[in-house]
Amino acid sequence: MDEMVSIAFDQATVDFPIYNADARSLKQRLIRVATGGQIGANEHGRVVIRALEDLTFTFYDGDRVGLIGHNGAGKSTLLRLLSGVYEPTSGSRKVTGEIASLIDISLGIDPEATGRENIYLRGGLLGLKRKEIDEQIDEITDFSELGDFMDMPLRTYSTGMQLRLAFAVSTIVRPQILLMDEWLSVGDAVFQEKAEKRLNNLVQTTNILVIASHSRELVSRVCNRLIWLEHGRVKMDGAPADVAPHYFGG
Amino acid sequence: MFLKHPYEKNQVMFFDSASIAIADIFAAIRRYNLVGMLGWQDVLQRYRRSTLGPFWLTISMGVMIGTIGAVFSQIFKASLEEFLPFLALGIILWSFSLSLITDGCNGFIAAEGIIKQLPIPLFVHILRLAWRNVLILGHNLIIFPLVLVSVGKPVSWLALISVAGFVLLVINLVWIALFLSVFCARYRDMPQIVGSVLQVFFYLTPIMWMPAMLPERASLFLLDLNPFYHFLEIVRAPLLGQLPSQLNWIVSLGLGVVGWIVVLVFYGRYKCRVAYWL
Repeated sequence: MDEMVSIAFDQATVDFPIYNADARSLKQRLIRVATGGQIGANEHGRVVIRALEDLTFTFYDGDRVGLIGHNGAGKSTLLRLLSGVYEPTSGSRKVTGEIASLIDISLGIDPEATGRENIYLRGGLLGLKRKEIDEQIDEITDFSELGDFMDMPLRTYSTGMQLRLAFAVSTIVRPQILLMDEWLSVGDAVFQEKAEKRLNNLVQTTNILVIASHSRELVSRVCNRLIWLEHGRVKMDGAPADVAPHYFGG
Repeated sequence: MFLKHPYEKNQVMFFDSASIAIADIFAAIRRYNLVGMLGWQDVLQRYRRSTLGPFWLTISMGVMIGTIGAVFSQIFKASLEEFLPFLALGIILWSFSLSLITDGCNGFIAAEGIIKQLPIPLFVHILRLAWRNVLILGHNLIIFPLVLVSVGKPVSWLALISVAGFVLLVINLVWIALFLSVFCARYRDMPQIVGSVLQVFFYLTPIMWMPAMLPERASLFLLDLNPFYHFLEIVRAPLLGQLPSQLNWIVSLGLGVVGWIVVLVFYGRYKCRVAYWL
């Protein structure tokens, strides 16, 4: 019996302790600046950056959520909170479903290893079993169009080629919850077309998508719900048609 | 939740912490494929494009053992046949333990990039460093048969017991590495302190000198109270044709059990803070 895929946050807060900052150099009141989280001091006199504050929302099966906000508003921190990298310092986070994070698709890649070896490395980090990669290795090789370079060390690749490989491997996951930081767009014009198709296929198979973006066109096209973050708090939460005009203007 | 007794709350807290730790550890063990790949990659990375690769470590260790053996056996007036295998095993096993503990201090610090991006069970990073050290030990282990051949000493069936001893040694080293990984992520001075303490233990533990050479009074302090002596003996003694003493087993087993119980609660309690400390 399948449990419904969902993400439920209740008053979730993320406070980063800064150990080598001097609390005495801060002004007494909380500083509000144009970008960034809220800097303050906690009860022990320790400098703390409150990256996210009192987040309360629930994502359901079928939600395509867009995160918008200025630099430093907390979008990436929220993505990491969603993926489980950070536990909230207060409040609760309850996630039901398998998560895959496509935030940094080159993470874990070893430049000295061959393309083929890196596929297994990258795939393993994403949570794929060896057998699953074995079954799809030919498909990945064909898709990335790297030919004989597959058996060459990655350091011999151009940046574009490295990204193609990272993209090809990262998009064979089939998670229930998918997290992205900006839409993945790699390769030259010709490659981009098939990359678009592949990414759309992936997104369609997931139950919940959460994507952070600065692009109005993207969030209006892909998302059915927008969350506007400012200084770590939810400023607006609703349909793109309602939220986008307020944030982007007009 | 209504608690009948204030003491109960602490009990619940300990069990909760331990179960968080156990869940993470089992999740990491299930990712053994990833652990194997990462550990192997760690070893390969150091030695790509070099001809002898990890065997350079083996050669330098072999040279050191040969030199110290030749000189110190004269000083101690011990026979080479007795002293050299003892020395070789001591140095190989100590080097393995030292490396595992020192790597353990940096276990999470070194994996900061991955920990802050991907929600992989944290214990994977500990297993990975244990695995890569076992791989390196495998390379260095070949010194021992070479030494046995050169002094003409045979190996008895007792040597099989050293496998059990080795497993127990690793079980102990892993809880130490796990504890240090968490602790050093928060207190960055600790790796230095650990390094100094281990340096001292190298001289306090019978590696370059044999226990039989000690006067009776010193033996209690340097042997029985020294956990590393017991850890080494359970692996070394069978390979030299002797049985480890009861005390060796009791201390190693006892430290293993107590160490793991304490570390499970500690790890479960502070695991969620590690990503914030890095």
